[in-house]
Amino acid sequence: MFKIVKREEMSQGTVVLNEIEAPLIAKKAKPGQFVILKANENGERIPLTMAYTDAKKGIIAVIYQVVGKSTALFKTLKVGEGYQDAIGPLGKATHIEKLGKVVCVGGGTGVAVLHPITRGMKEAGNHVTAIIGARTKDLLILEDFMRAASNELHVCTDDGSYGRHGFVTHALKDILDKEKIDLVVAIGPVPMMKFVSKLTKEYSVPTMVSLNPIMVDGTGMCGGCRVSVGGKTQFACVDGPEFDGHKVDFDELMLRLQAYCEDEKACHNEFCMMEETWHK
Amino acid sequence: MTEEATPKEKKQKKGRVRMPEQEPKVRAHNFIEVPTGYTPEMAKEEASRCLQCKNPGCVDGCPVGVDIPGFIKFILESDFTQSIRHIWKQNSLPAVCGRVCPQESQCEGKCILAKKGEPVAIGNLERFAADWERVNGTGALPPTAKATGKRVAVVGAGPAGLTVAGDLIQKGHDVSVFEAFHKPGGVLLYGIPEFRLPKEIVAQEVNFLERLGVKVECNAVVGRTVSLDELFEEGYQAIFLGLGAGLPKFMNIPGENLVGILSANEYLTRANLMKAYLFPKVDTPIPRGKDVVVLGGGNVAMDSARTALRLGADRVRLVYRRSRDEMPARAAEAHHAEEEGIEFYLLTNPTRYIGNEKGRLTGMECIKMELGEPDASGRRRPVPVKGSEFELPCDLCIVAVGTGANPLLTSSTPDLKINKWGYIEADPTSGKTLKKGVWAGGDIVTGSATVILAMGAGRNAANSIHDYLVRGW
Repeated sequence: MFKIVKREEMSQGTVVLNEIEAPLIAKKAKPGQFVILKANENGERIPLTMAYTDAKKGIIAVIYQVVGKSTALFKTLKVGEGYQDAIGPLGKATHIEKLGKVVCVGGGTGVAVLHPITRGMKEAGNHVTAIIGARTKDLLILEDFMRAASNELHVCTDDGSYGRHGFVTHALKDILDKEKIDLVVAIGPVPMMKFVSKLTKEYSVPTMVSLNPIMVDGTGMCGGCRVSVGGKTQFACVDGPEFDGHKVDFDELMLRLQAYCEDEKACHNEFCMMEETWHK
Repeated sequence: MTEEATPKEKKQKKGRVRMPEQEPKVRAHNFIEVPTGYTPEMAKEEASRCLQCKNPGCVDGCPVGVDIPGFIKFILESDFTQSIRHIWKQNSLPAVCGRVCPQESQCEGKCILAKKGEPVAIGNLERFAADWERVNGTGALPPTAKATGKRVAVVGAGPAGLTVAGDLIQKGHDVSVFEAFHKPGGVLLYGIPEFRLPKEIVAQEVNFLERLGVKVECNAVVGRTVSLDELFEEGYQAIFLGLGAGLPKFMNIPGENLVGILSANEYLTRANLMKAYLFPKVDTPIPRGKDVVVLGGGNVAMDSARTALRLGADRVRLVYRRSRDEMPARAAEAHHAEEEGIEFYLLTNPTRYIGNEKGRLTGMECIKMELGEPDASGRRRPVPVKGSEFELPCDLCIVAVGTGANPLLTSSTPDLKINKWGYIEADPTSGKTLKKGVWAGGDIVTGSATVILAMGAGRNAANSIHDYLVRGW
């Protein structure tokens, strides 16, 4: 078992952080890589990009949003309990180098994935501006972490309840209008990455995105995670998860993410009903 | 396997004893194993057909050289325990091989009785001996040699790796198996469906090895979680790579990323390893197509088609670009598939997929093929017939057109030489690679082949590893 040693809820309980004992994975993991977690015998294999790791303590941290049955099940796991299986580190690590000025844009739980990359980029000697966004103030995560990891932080909320009123793309546009940026890293919901990439293309600024499509094994075996990048099919699990945002077919990715929507809903609803019964 | 003799043959000789099977109409809706197994009486009757040849062709036909007349004789004498022990000497996975080997082109193909009638049902008898031991056996283990203190790492818990582990543990070495998935078994687990190879049997075979002392470490992606050099640093003296050929091939035709098109690897892994056919009792979903097309003509295509049927498809069509004669599937599988109602669209090739505005598959365009001149494989090359395009409506397509080498480990191990297709270069007799202390065998060397060929390669590598541990590289 891979024991949970720390657990925190964020975003009004819709987002959960787990620190998990996985010394072999922690020893190898680099920013941008992911793990696959499976809660129990009948569980689903869920890929999650790591938020941070500590090789000395032998822990890895994941931050996930509760969206379906499997993540709802993950949420029920307490400190001292754990995952039956943890596999990784998987995927290619982020290519971190000194480029000059880098803007890191994160939305939703994508901020968790963006955090180690932001820190890595700053440590490599880049001037890093971070922009993070959420629908509303209470859904914002890791603000303090991101402030510490970057040279300057901009916060946006869709409803204006905190920071700048508007989308992350608005804040990004202001920066792009003002100065020459060498790289944009965008991680978050697919529409966010799509619009960030569209914007940066107009400014010809190289843009890297991190994708999280549906996958089973995470080692290149199933091909479920295939994405079109520059007209070519790539497997996000082994060729990614990071790709050139200007080449990714985001519309196709969005459709592919809906593949099990109906099944997910049915399964999740049933689980929620069972949960309620237990609590009663 | 067509096991009923024709009337003409019946007059001449006693036909083989047919293994009882679930009725096609019944089994097409469940995941229970199709053939139900011999009773001891049936096994003894079938065993009595063996002529006990002095120079048995069947043994030559077996990639691991099981003493077939020997184990059959024990069955005839009702000494089932000795029978299975006799098989174990050459084959540590008999319950698997009895079920999935292409016997018709191996042992049974070389049986002297096959010349004038039906060969002895060697596969059925092997299965019987293994099943009998599993249910009634004492659980007593075969003897193992004194511990040598040498440590061997086996990468991949599929047929090749498990064979190496079984052979070397019995020779007294300390063996650990590293498996990337969360359960051991490799293709036996994720690839071959429950109705053809019950997963309980795979678990039992692995358990047998564990009882012998083999350590199995799952969730270990060698090349990612740990490198080969790190395994050597940890004190392993030899490493065997039985990685399999796990990279799915696609058709590379327009529309292939529509929702509803899956590689057979994904489809079968969901169904078999993740047991998605029990969804929502288990958490992994699987698409349940009503109108399913499977592309390919091998065992994996048959497995996919039959799985689709069991998941509630109204119609399952198998599209294969060559003719029936060139189909690489085991005869029994193609036969079982047809009996269950799978329709074969032979000499047909897809040209593009058709989808709706939601990005979901609604059909595909196919073209008729005809056989031209023989190609490099010696099989007549299928060529498209101009203007013969037609549409096949479907809501699910499983692509079972083969697999390639997965580069995950080889790309992170630069001193391991690979060929232009990405397969590991290894000596064909010993399995030695160009990296010292590393052997490879099975699909990662030959490209996708059969369970038994992988086991044969494992056997050879195990012998070579043993020599190395005792004598040196």
